[in-house]
Amino acid sequence: MTTDVGRVFKEEWGRAVAALTRVLGDIQLAEDAVQDAFATALDRWPRDGEPASPGAWIITAARNRAIDRIRRDQVFTRKAEMLARLQALAADEGDVSPIPDDRLALVFTCCHPALAAESRVALTLREVAGLTTSEIAHAFLIAEPAMAQRLVRAKKKIRDAGIPFRVPPDHLLPERLRSVLAVLYLVFNEGYSASGEGVPIRDDLCDEAIRLAKLLAVLMPDEPEALGLLALMLLHDARREARVGADGEIVLLADQDRGRWHRSRIDEGTRILERALSYRRAGSYQLQAAIAALHLEDTTDWPQIAALYDELARVEPTPIVELNRAVAVAMTHGPELGLELMNRIDLPGYHLLHAARADLLRRLERNDEAAAAYRDALALEMNSGDRAFLERRLGEVVRS
Amino acid sequence: MKYAALLTNNADDVAAWEQMTAEEAAAARAEEVPKWEKLFADLGPSGVLGEGFELDSPATAKTVRVRDGETLVTDGPFAETKEQIGGLMEIEAEDLDAAIAIASRIPLVLRASVELRPVIEH
Amino acid sequence: MQYLALIYGDESRWAGLSPEQREQEMGEYMALSQADVTKGGHELDSIATATTVRVRGDETLVTDGPFAELKEALGGYYVFECDSIEEACTWASKIPAARHGAIEVRPVYVDGGERS
Repeated sequence: MTTDVGRVFKEEWGRAVAALTRVLGDIQLAEDAVQDAFATALDRWPRDGEPASPGAWIITAARNRAIDRIRRDQVFTRKAEMLARLQALAADEGDVSPIPDDRLALVFTCCHPALAAESRVALTLREVAGLTTSEIAHAFLIAEPAMAQRLVRAKKKIRDAGIPFRVPPDHLLPERLRSVLAVLYLVFNEGYSASGEGVPIRDDLCDEAIRLAKLLAVLMPDEPEALGLLALMLLHDARREARVGADGEIVLLADQDRGRWHRSRIDEGTRILERALSYRRAGSYQLQAAIAALHLEDTTDWPQIAALYDELARVEPTPIVELNRAVAVAMTHGPELGLELMNRIDLPGYHLLHAARADLLRRLERNDEAAAAYRDALALEMNSGDRAFLERRLGEVVRS
Repeated sequence: MKYAALLTNNADDVAAWEQMTAEEAAAARAEEVPKWEKLFADLGPSGVLGEGFELDSPATAKTVRVRDGETLVTDGPFAETKEQIGGLMEIEAEDLDAAIAIASRIPLVLRASVELRPVIEH
Repeated sequence: MQYLALIYGDESRWAGLSPEQREQEMGEYMALSQADVTKGGHELDSIATATTVRVRGDETLVTDGPFAELKEALGGYYVFECDSIEEACTWASKIPAARHGAIEVRPVYVDGGERS
């Protein structure tokens, strides 16, 4: 029963925090009120049964907790005004729809560029997704007190520096949306890059990222990049279980057991991508999703993938994009051309650059150079799945 | 909300300034001044820009410390950083986004940076 | 001539002071604010509330934090009207933060003026 309360509450958490933040003007106060409501729910719901509209129940309970707290607090500034606004919060326990959904404002606030990047991620997961501080700390392999402090400081900055609680005006929206999408994609990659490590929370991170991306797509249905990001996540996530072998080693796409791909996610991702592309406003995430979709086909259309990477490199000229483009060019026009492009890329600490070079050298049967490149890669930081794979490859080129 | 905008100077620009002859420096300033005048003309009437100070170069700074009752004055700025404070302005803005919008119009921001800090009002 | 006294100190120090020590220091700051020589100044919120703005090309880059990470934080400033930088330094030495941090005294720029 407790798990059910937890699950339902987590689904309603973001909406409740957003509604209370709108009224109270402070995320911490809102979070405290909703947390209090949670405690009450844990006590009441097992006895009285789950309410007809959990969302309305939670907002009403949080509102009442906030009223109690403010009444008791003698020195609370603007007390009368605050109480009036709380009373005005349309709270009918049976129906949540009269309460405006302020989650979009909450997302943009948590992802504001004036907050440190790691704070944006932590704050979004706490306030919008409803993860506990402990869960977030665990997901990012940071001690809980440090994560708690990070969250407290972020909320303090929002309050003290005057970060507004709102969806940004049109002229700021494109750059602010990029920040939000970057946060969500970061969460997804945290989960995805370590998937199969046997730590359950990592898969949950992918699920959380997808849930947030779906929320964003619902709240911003005419934003093709929001749709593109969701499509990208779904198309990657579809292969989650096939990516890692029984021994924990990364399985290349070409070698994956397609029976273990989630067809429903592929279909969903493809549908959403098509909807995004229909807006005719291409962007980085849509392009990446289109590339991901091409990779899922039975025969890989490398020339088409290379062409998409050309587009992507124009929109997002980063070394990582250049690397992926070089791989596609290698598959289309031969390893020498790919190597030429790779030699121009500057990504010092990135093991996949060395690994990609090593692979092309291996195909050209330049085994000594390939071995050197594999060793360069292995000297760097990477997850255990990648390491096992690269060690095996190194063994192969050394033996041949 | 009141913010202090700390305007920095790009170290390379400062070095270039110091190499200039008096005429070159005057010409360079003459180019900059209209940009500031435009800023004040645009934003001045609305009252969002408060007091502002342009500071002389860091080479003219003195750093004062008092230790065990003794006052120690050394030549130069407090820290040898690549970017040094070159000016300071008060900004009155509704929220941080509004302050950022104003800061992004300050001429120096194109080559250096503007740090926005809320002012503690007593 | 005008001089800015930039006040650098350890932000965490205040929390460790007793109420009496705080009252004592606040009194000194207030007295300085009311001195004839003082024409302006502000206390700044902590660097945890700082935001740095840069414009490169047509992109506005907003980041968390101050423009430079220093050993001690800029906590405020005074504007002094003095006859010389030496006089400004004397007034700077009265600022409580001078006793544990440092005060950077900078002449306000005057076109074609004498640099002290």
